[in-house]
Amino acid sequence: MRPNMPRPVKYHSAFDIIGPVMVGPSSSHTAGALRIARMARKLLGQDPTAVVFELMGSFAETYRGHGTDQALTAGILGFATDDSRIPRALDMAKALGISVVFTKVSGALYHPNTVRIKLTDGVDDVDIVGTSLGGGKIELIEIDAFPVHLSGDRPAVVLWHKDRAGFLAAVLAAVANVGVNVGQLSLERSRKDGDALVAIEFDGACTVELLDALDGVHQAVQKIRWIKPV
Amino acid sequence: MSFTQLTELVVLAEGRQLKISDVMLAVEVEEQGCRAEDIQERMAHQFTVMEAAVRRGISEVLPSRGGLIGGDAQRLWSRFQKNGSSLVGAVATSAMAFAMAVSEVNASMGIIVATPTAGAAGILPGVLVALLDTGQYSRAAINQSLLTAAAIGLAIANSSSISGAAGGCQAEVGSATAMTAAAVVELCGGTPQEAVDAVGLALTNSLGLVCDPVAGLVEVPCIYRNGLHAITALAAAECAMAGVHNIIPADEVVGAMYDIGNAMPASLRETGIGGLAGTPTGRRLRREILGGVEQ
Repeated sequence: MRPNMPRPVKYHSAFDIIGPVMVGPSSSHTAGALRIARMARKLLGQDPTAVVFELMGSFAETYRGHGTDQALTAGILGFATDDSRIPRALDMAKALGISVVFTKVSGALYHPNTVRIKLTDGVDDVDIVGTSLGGGKIELIEIDAFPVHLSGDRPAVVLWHKDRAGFLAAVLAAVANVGVNVGQLSLERSRKDGDALVAIEFDGACTVELLDALDGVHQAVQKIRWIKPV
Repeated sequence: MSFTQLTELVVLAEGRQLKISDVMLAVEVEEQGCRAEDIQERMAHQFTVMEAAVRRGISEVLPSRGGLIGGDAQRLWSRFQKNGSSLVGAVATSAMAFAMAVSEVNASMGIIVATPTAGAAGILPGVLVALLDTGQYSRAAINQSLLTAAAIGLAIANSSSISGAAGGCQAEVGSATAMTAAAVVELCGGTPQEAVDAVGLALTNSLGLVCDPVAGLVEVPCIYRNGLHAITALAAAECAMAGVHNIIPADEVVGAMYDIGNAMPASLRETGIGGLAGTPTGRRLRREILGGVEQ
């Protein structure tokens, strides 16, 4: 590969480097961890009744020292990276009656800073895997075992659906109609005609027009969740 | 306009008679689709938060999360104020004390700006606030120099890593030192090539640095490395502006950093197991702070 060949990069903005503004002590283990958990909350759509964090690699070895436990819990509660309540998040979750469990698992297949989060609200549940890349930068890499690439930096939509001919075309046509550009897209299915998942990141703001465009876009949709930047 | 390599940054800047910060601003406008003034205003806000962390850390003794550090910034600062002079010079001593001040705020779960990470968040504000306090550099110029630091950080992050868990401390403190050195060169009127030479020298002096936090806390050795590397950043800028040869091009030094990070065992990549964390004292502190069995 030529050294200057254009390629996808993870860090796009000057504020990925000079930022985030955050409560310490670690951008990857505190701010990044919080952002992953906050995306998980948005995918569930509300406060969970129970959450299990499976910590891998450096997360598993240092989570208490880095305040990762407080940060992950703060993300589940929907706090921002600079929220002064982060150091009290575990107590706050307890007061809300949310069961929070931390376990260590082998993360040999993943980046050194990775966490699996299993959330339930008693009715619905979601299972995500997120990686903290450094400096507060994150990537959601799995939703309910389907591979995705979501950065949390841009508005995104996740569609759980049945694999049907023309599904993606219908979604993208609706998006194109409101003049929005797709920055990142993943589509995975369990099997032909089976359960499938589309995750799309957009450029620009998450407008009402965009939300409306995907409302009732296709009968194969089972569930839709929007994720604003975290 | 876009860049992934440091050499591209130099070509873009020097070809158009621009500073590296101008190139970064143009790229940010293009990439994010917003106005230059909005980006500058937001960058000015980041510096306000950075400066507030310096001032707070130097005037208060903050309890750290693990209790390993606290008051070091003030010790350095008081001695300097009392003596009226210091061994390494006023700017270097201030920068060192200020960098430690931010690390102390960070370890107390206070508000900081990750530059590029929280573990290395002392170096850039420490040096820039020390330069602001000399009265020789305008706040506007210092805000602008943050864009230069960002450009360097982006090139390093996308070619290598800024994560201690992935690349060791060299990826965090090394990157912060390099970013700071380049910002200083630009502030002092140096050329884009000199700024990138300073990056090469600063990184060269940081290669191999492992991430070995005692008890897994962002306290020891993080605070010392922030303080001492603030001086390294100033020194690298001075060397580059004097024309000290940087024999291995900066992009190749970044490549070496990546290879070295990949060769590091997990015990030396932010697991709190090896290095200083694994010394008899490091292990004892871990037991005392986090309890016996697990962490």
